[in-house]
Amino acid sequence: MSIYPGQEDLRTPIKVARGLGSSKTGVRHWWVQRGTAIALVPLSIWFLFLLGGMLHAANYAAVMASIAQPVHAIFLIVFTVFTFWHGALGLQVIIEDYVHTRWLEVTLEIALRFGAMLGALACVMAIVALWLAGAAHY
Amino acid sequence: MPTTRPLSPHLGIYRWRINMLQSTLHRLTGMYLCLGALLVTWALIAAATSEAAWSVFAGFWNGRGGEILLFLWMWSLWFHLCNGIQHLVRDAGRGYGPPLRDRAYSPSYWPMGWLIIAVSLALTVLVWVLLALRIAGGGA
Repeated sequence: MSIYPGQEDLRTPIKVARGLGSSKTGVRHWWVQRGTAIALVPLSIWFLFLLGGMLHAANYAAVMASIAQPVHAIFLIVFTVFTFWHGALGLQVIIEDYVHTRWLEVTLEIALRFGAMLGALACVMAIVALWLAGAAHY
Repeated sequence: MPTTRPLSPHLGIYRWRINMLQSTLHRLTGMYLCLGALLVTWALIAAATSEAAWSVFAGFWNGRGGEILLFLWMWSLWFHLCNGIQHLVRDAGRGYGPPLRDRAYSPSYWPMGWLIIAVSLALTVLVWVLLALRIAGGGA
């Protein structure tokens, strides 16, 4: 049948591999990285303004009052979530490119996802807490 | 166990060009901005916890070390943002391709990298000065 021992059909191994195609998630990675990048351009500039306002009066009450404004709270949530998302996608590529020890690569990729999820969630919860606390006090 | 498959030739075989510095800086600044994201998380968690927790965070930033880290973060942000815009433009297929890399055909292709670095530095200094003026002028 085949020139390759143990192979049942007429297709060569490379033909079978090509038929399977890619893992089909790379395009999504590419688009999400660009989508979050576009969103982060205005959001980062806005964040610098927020930071400027906070450093202007860097005391606890001023920071609380600043984040308690709904517009700031919402933008801050979007900014932090997109930052962790975009950062995780970027670090994923860096790990894939430079870590060639398979077990370490997989471990780092999993740790990266856990870390990014935890970071984004922590930010969202803290912002909501500050928002609600601020709404009650200021 | 490290992989045994052959890897493509790396940095050593290429003539040095500004885009190599851009690429390296994009990754380094990206990693530094990830560290910044963790510090923002610390700030938010501290603020949500208590005034005492916020004071610990604020104490960290008020020192000279904190200022240097903040300045580097600000430049990282501007460089990553400016260079990222070039990435987006080239991802869209604009200003990219073998003919454009020819200095005679497209003299602006290579200097654009230096321009991005210069603009990112200028914006960093501008924001830094504006912040300093605001803090000084606000008297807070």
